[in-house]
Order: sequence, then structure tokens, then C-alpha cells
Amino acid sequence: MPGKTKVLKKPTRTLADQSYLIEVVKGLGTTLKHFFQGTGQMVSGNVPNAVTDPLAEGISTLSYPEEKRAYSERWRGVHRLTHRDDGSPRCVACLCCSTACPAQCIYIKPGEYPEGDKRRGYERYPVEFVIDELRCIFCGFCVEACPCDAIRMDTGTHMTAFDVKSDFVYDKDKLMSMVSQHGTQKSENPRHEPGDPGHPGIDRLHGGH
Amino acid sequence: MLFWISTTLKVLVVVGFLAQVAALLLWVERKQSAMMQSRIGPNRATIKIGSLEIRAAGLVHSIADGIKMVWKADWEPTGGDHLLYRLAPIVAIVPALCLCAVLPFGPTVFLDHGRDLYDPAWATDAATLARSVPLQIANLDVGVLFIFAIAGAGVIGAALAGWSSDNKFSLMGGLRAASQMVSYEVAMGLSLVGAMMIYQTVRLDEMVTWQTQHCWGIFVQPVAFVLFVTAAIAETKRVPFDTPEGESELVAGYFTEYAGLKMAMFASGEFVEVCVSSALITTIFLGGWQFPFMQLTGLEFHYLGLNLSAHMPHWSVVLVGFITFCLKCAFLIFMQLQVRWTLPRFRYDQIMKLGWRMLLPAALLNVLVTGTVLLFLNSGNG
Repeated sequence: MPGKTKVLKKPTRTLADQSYLIEVVKGLGTTLKHFFQGTGQMVSGNVPNAVTDPLAEGISTLSYPEEKRAYSERWRGVHRLTHRDDGSPRCVACLCCSTACPAQCIYIKPGEYPEGDKRRGYERYPVEFVIDELRCIFCGFCVEACPCDAIRMDTGTHMTAFDVKSDFVYDKDKLMSMVSQHGTQKSENPRHEPGDPGHPGIDRLHGGH
Repeated sequence: MLFWISTTLKVLVVVGFLAQVAALLLWVERKQSAMMQSRIGPNRATIKIGSLEIRAAGLVHSIADGIKMVWKADWEPTGGDHLLYRLAPIVAIVPALCLCAVLPFGPTVFLDHGRDLYDPAWATDAATLARSVPLQIANLDVGVLFIFAIAGAGVIGAALAGWSSDNKFSLMGGLRAASQMVSYEVAMGLSLVGAMMIYQTVRLDEMVTWQTQHCWGIFVQPVAFVLFVTAAIAETKRVPFDTPEGESELVAGYFTEYAGLKMAMFASGEFVEVCVSSALITTIFLGGWQFPFMQLTGLEFHYLGLNLSAHMPHWSVVLVGFITFCLKCAFLIFMQLQVRWTLPRFRYDQIMKLGWRMLLPAALLNVLVTGTVLLFLNSGNG
């Protein structure tokens, strides 16, 4: 059964379109309209608030560091290394994040805890933890890969612009100094130190595999 | 003596102004595009004097840019021709500066105030003329032809830059700049032929005088006006005619390999060209420094059966003329920047088609029609 056919009109090029001149004048009219709207708002100081009214007509610039829109909890900003209660990094230098990283921007030099430390044999610690933020593509795979919730991207901050390329390479101290959007350096997820109740107590060196 | 003093002064003022115009236009362009695109535009650069913070609506950015450009690493490509590489920015900017030598930016200043100001014979009297200062650096007999010659030399800078950079992107950009500027040179020159036929002169000051006595050139040569403005924008190599530096395909075209102040010379040369082409369009088509209905003696309105005239002192006529010229130029510069931020870039073949297959025939037709009408009118008089 033949359905109802809607015949669309093919757009035609008139001589006016072809000459381009009229279209140029029309385009200039549009841009001039916006120019005078913007200038009027700037001169009268009547600029709409980009935070509360982002869809308003006219100038919609957000003056970033002074004005901020709230980012969602899942928004991925610059990394931070979360702290334990004693201020050491939660990171156990398992290299999951650097393995998962598609940009290969994470470098970790793992180290053993000294003899006698109760964590020795159970976990390692990062001697160096370096992220090249210029190589980072902010995919968040490192956060997903981390078994200890040691690396997070919930700082809510963008990459800062530096003068020198080497400044973009964040070392362990810098990463541990970052705070989350809510101002904490820790993670809400629980963590059990070796010896605590709830710690599985399986020793890496004598685990039987 | 008067000639030397006045000429030196005029050169200093005009070149001094044009040297600043790049910084000013950089700000205008940034702010204007920001307003058009519903942005705030640059406003962060700050001069701190104690607790006083000067931002000047983003004007400080031009200063900051200047300082930045000076301190940039002056990198040079290892290959290529070093002499030509260093020469190219100079060759690019000097013709643009030279162009303004023949542009009249105000009415002639007569220093003899003792004479009757409203005597019609006054302005042509030899003794008075000897004690007068035309507000134009060089009053050349060849006028417009000088402009074509010098503007044509501007292409050499771009071509040299592209050639000497030892970079294929630069070379492509240089080639495109050369072919584009040569093509539009033709249409630009031919579009003015009609105007020259009507004005019966190639001297720019006489063109203004004709427009003062009759009417603005845009009314007698509207087609030529559109053609000339199009060709002039193409000559400045700015959007929509900026394929020589089309960043999506050629990085930065013929100045890809330039850094620091050398790059700044190309960029400011572009702004000077915008300024000079606006002044040229003003002079040839918008009556130059002429304020509507103003003659040498003051305001004269002899139309619609009215006979109004208001005499003005000579200094005020000169001042109003100068300000009018600046305002007309400012308006044209504004419109050129507006065009730059409105239209998308043409494709290279579109530019060539527009130049050779649209503008050139239209300019020739304009010459033909103008000639026919003039012949008809003159035979009627004869």
C-alpha cells in the first residue's frame, strides 16, 4: 500500500544567493546585532550571571577562577593521591594505574617497607609517583584501576597553566598536596591496615602462591 | 623652510600614529569579536601601581603582547636564505607605511589669516598657496598610480617570507599570497578607472576636492565601491581571503617560521594595511575629509530650494575635516573587522574565481558603462 508521500521542496539557489553580496549583508546584520547587544550589556554593566543564568541572551562568559559552576561528583579533574590516617599515601605501588593508563603518563617507582614495619610483606609503597599532566588524557582509567582508592580525580580543578613544561610533571608531594572538591585529603572508603580486624592477613611473600 | 618643518611634522605624526595603530587595532579586534560572539574578551592583563589596578578594558593586553613579543626566543630556521628571511618582514611592512604618504587627511591649512576668509579666489591665489600647508605628506601628481605601485610591492614581502623559510607550508602560503595579491591588484586597479574618469584626475587631493564640490564617489561609482572594498580586503590577506595563512591547512602560511618581533611585524603590517586601505576607500569614495555640506568657508546648503550658509573660522574647518576623516576611517576599519569575524574563509579556487571571473569583468563593465555615460553627458553639454 503506497503511503502518504511528503514532497520536500528542494532548496534552490536564487541569483541573490549566488551573488553572495546580499547574504554578506545579512550576515553582517546578524553579527552587528550581537555586537550591539554585547556592547550594550558591557557598557551598562547588565551582563547576565553565567553561573545562575547560563542560557540568558547575550554575554555568557564565566570568569573562571572567580566564578565557578558546580562540577558533578564524577567530573574528572587533576589527580590527587589520597592519604591514610597517618598521612602516608594509600597507594601500595601495585602499578595497576600505570598499566591501565592509555597515555602512559604515570611513572611509579615501588619500594619495600623497611624490615620490622608491620606493612612489610603485605604491601609496597611508592618511592616516586609521577604523573605527566600534559600527557594525561583525563580518561579516569587509573582511578577505575586502583584497588586501594589511592588515586582519585575528584579535585574539581582544571590543569593550571605553567611557564615551563617540567612544571606539568606532578611528583608525589604535589599529588599528595591536592585536596578533593570537598576539601579532604582522605577517601571515604574504609581501609584496613595489616593487623587490623578485617584485614585478610595474607602475606605477599608467604601467601602460598 | 615651512615645507621642511611641516613635512617632518606630518611624517612624524602619521608614522607615529600608524606604529600605534597595530596595538590599538589588536585591542579593537579582540574586543569587537568578543562582543559579537557573546564573550567578555581579554581583560586579565593588569598594571599594578600600589593598590591601584589598571585593566583599561583589556587595552593592557596590547602592551603585554608587545613585551611578550620582544622577549620571545628569536628562532630562525637553519635552512633557507637567512638574508631574505630577515628582510621579508621589513619588505612586508614598509609598503603599507609608504601608502599613507599620499593620503590627504585634512583640508589644506592656510597660514594667512589676514585675507578675507570668504573670498572665493582666496584659496587659489599663488601667494596664499605659498603660505599653506596641505595635510598630506606628499602631494604626488601620480597619486593613485603610486598607491597601486607600492601596494603591488607588498606582495614581495609575503613571497620572500614563504620562499626563505625553508618550509613547505611557508612556501605554499607565499605562493598563495603572491597569486592572490597579483590577481586582486588587477581588479583593484580597474575598479578605480571609472572613478578616475569621473574625477578627471589621479591626484588624491583633487579627488577630494571634486567630491567636495559635487558629491561623494560612492554615489557616482557604487559598483566600483563594492569591487574596490572587496579587492582591498583581499589585498590585506585577512579573512575571508586569508588562505595564504590558513591555519587549518598551512599552519600559519608564509610566516609559519617567524617568531617574536618578526612575526609581530607581519601581524602589525596587516593592521596597518587595514588602516591604510580604509583611509584610501575614504579618500576615493567617501569624500575624504569632507564633512557633509561643508566647504572651505563653512557649511553651505543649497538644495531643495534652501540657501543656507554658515561661515566658520578656518581653523575649525580644518579641525572638523581632520576629525571627519578619522571618523570615516574608523567606521570603515570597524566594518572591515566586522567582515573578518562574520564570513568564513573562502576556498582557494573560490578566491581565484571571484577575482578573475567576477570582479575583473565587473570592473571592466563598470569602466564601459561609466565611459558611455560620460560620453553621453559630455556630448549633451557640447
